[in-house]
Amino acid sequence: MSERGIVVHKPYARLSREQIEMIDKASLDLLENPGVLCYHEESVSMLGKAGSTAKKTREGEHDAWWVSIPAKVIKQALETAPSTVTLGARNPENQVVLEAEGNRVHFGSGSETNYWLEVKPEVFTSKEDGHERTIPVMKRSRGNLDYLCRSAHLAEQLENLDFFIRNVNVQDADITTGNKDVNVFFAALNNVTKPVISGVADFDQLEKVVNMAEIIAGGREELVKNPVVSFITSVIKSPLQIVGETAEKLIAIAKLGLPVVISTSPQGGSTAPIDELGMVAQVNAEALAGITINQLANPGAPVIYGAVPVRARMDDLHDMYGVPEFCHYNMDCAQMARYYKVPCYSTAGVADARVPGIQATVEKMYTYTAVPFAAPGLVHYAFGLLDKTQTFSPEQAVLDNHKIGMAKFLHRESGVNEEAVERTKKTVEEVMHSPYRMYARYARGMLRRGEIFGGFPFEGESEDQDQTLLKVNERLKELEARDHQYLSEEVCKKIFDSTPGLVPRLNPYK
Amino acid sequence: MSKNLIDQIVNNVLQGRRNNDDEGIEEGMTGDPGVAELVQEALDSGIDTNDILLNGLSKGMEMVGEKYETGEYFIPDMLTAAEAVEAGMKVMEPHLVKGEDGSGKGTVVMATVEKDLHDIGKNLVSIMLKGAGFTVVDLGIDVPAARIVEAAEEEGAGLVGLSALLNTTMSNMGDVVKELETKGLRDKIKVLIGGAPTSEDFAREIGADSYGKDAFAAIKEAEKLLKKV
Repeated sequence: MSERGIVVHKPYARLSREQIEMIDKASLDLLENPGVLCYHEESVSMLGKAGSTAKKTREGEHDAWWVSIPAKVIKQALETAPSTVTLGARNPENQVVLEAEGNRVHFGSGSETNYWLEVKPEVFTSKEDGHERTIPVMKRSRGNLDYLCRSAHLAEQLENLDFFIRNVNVQDADITTGNKDVNVFFAALNNVTKPVISGVADFDQLEKVVNMAEIIAGGREELVKNPVVSFITSVIKSPLQIVGETAEKLIAIAKLGLPVVISTSPQGGSTAPIDELGMVAQVNAEALAGITINQLANPGAPVIYGAVPVRARMDDLHDMYGVPEFCHYNMDCAQMARYYKVPCYSTAGVADARVPGIQATVEKMYTYTAVPFAAPGLVHYAFGLLDKTQTFSPEQAVLDNHKIGMAKFLHRESGVNEEAVERTKKTVEEVMHSPYRMYARYARGMLRRGEIFGGFPFEGESEDQDQTLLKVNERLKELEARDHQYLSEEVCKKIFDSTPGLVPRLNPYK
Repeated sequence: MSKNLIDQIVNNVLQGRRNNDDEGIEEGMTGDPGVAELVQEALDSGIDTNDILLNGLSKGMEMVGEKYETGEYFIPDMLTAAEAVEAGMKVMEPHLVKGEDGSGKGTVVMATVEKDLHDIGKNLVSIMLKGAGFTVVDLGIDVPAARIVEAAEEEGAGLVGLSALLNTTMSNMGDVVKELETKGLRDKIKVLIGGAPTSEDFAREIGADSYGKDAFAAIKEAEKLLKKV
């Protein structure tokens, strides 16, 4: 059983059973009428054999089918979808076991950001008072393989990060569509001993990625038992459209028996209704459609209900994360997944803010405190994401790690029991008869046993300057200086020998 | 044997163990002798009181201070260590001849000023002063200026430590200074103030001798002020 993450006792149930059933019915009705617009013939065929009806149409330059999926087809798929899914890891102690009806929440990274933003402290002299001050100046760069490796190494060091999703889009000159996936997966697997989850950009590279994972796991059967890689497929384009190439990947992954997240990300106000019911009814229908294709391809294949519903900003129609509606959408989806007995992949911790610091942390803290109350198994996007997922900040990731520690601590058990009551009465009596009537001695015991939250390690000493980012920058340097947990030389050699397209600079033994 | 006992006293101060009932920072110490029992054993073995005080209790407290400075220890660690020293001092008391042991750092009268009921900060400083080897007379909370000065005179205190948490009561600290002047005691008795609304500027404004920004600073200031007496 996974010991990572945090158990949320008595998850918050925003929706009543009656409301869950209403949403379920609404989603099933939507899947039947208007149904889904499917761009993948094999999926249409599978859905047809299961009892759906399809009508061919033409969308621009592409063939497409209006597919009406009756409730019985969805329900049959949910019957075969497993309620327990294991995300394997290079270090088996880091495995994440997802129980659909369990309450353990795990936090991880993502998404594929285009920019890397890091702090470079610089000394300035104030025109006002003539004093020198160190200011955290930001340096913004386009994502590349080196940054991806750095973020993966950092992810390994962050104690509250339970799984890794590549969080930097690699834009090196020698990286092309034809070799991107193998390099991205290798960069992650070579630096992280926790579960690695990722999308595959190019279908042709799926086999190479799986081969790489088999070498690490020790063979095909071993990989299925300990899937050191799991996948994400954005098979749905909201509203309610099944994407051809992604459906093909989804089916292939299902046949391999490897875990896959059905990730659908409608935006309330543009590609989905903005109200809570409308959004959840649609995103739920989309997740169910993806799960159904996965289960039709390989009944019993490990699949995860991935809902990433976001709200549109009203000023520019970008995604908006740190707002109440986002929390409502995501908490509801966690309840829907639990209702279907399928593990849930949820979202929290993205900031609209473009730079690390106060505004970003307020937005993030809001969602990664609220969303886990509903106890989804996975919470992704939780580390370092800024500018609506456009930017990754390693300093913000370190700050997030600390705040997620607080969010996890929040869910600790109350400790109220008969034995504790007797202990408390004895303590109060002792203290009342002591000279200063202080509980410090008893607080110390809890402090040393790790039962008291550790406080704020990034507080500065200055009375006129926020020094948080400078402190975090120092901590980041310490974390980055730690030893790497590279794959063995033998494993690296096997992977490089059998994987064309891998760039030599990723090999730590060269 | 004597070194071993002194080392054990130091270690038990670090662990904050007053006696054998107390748990330590390390696990499994409950039941082992604490500072009180170890000091008694040391006295019974004929170890010099100065050795116990300087190389045992004081050294232990100094090490606690160093650990606090480096962030290894927190306030609860310091308080429990100070309590352990106090427990050892109680055992020592009958064996000490006033003024001959070289350990007494002087007497401090502590109080929260009139109309203020807050005592956490004041208690913290009182406990720490005791742990550092001062004799402390703690008058408690809501104490009028006249009573503070009266007690300081009676006890032969060289220092008065005043605490206030409210900006409506902090001005009463100035009354204590005035009362000392009225009684002609100002040159004999120093005044140290502390508490959230107070500051170095405020100390200067009311004519106090010093300001402690936290418990540690207060102990250091007390040591400086009483050395000058």
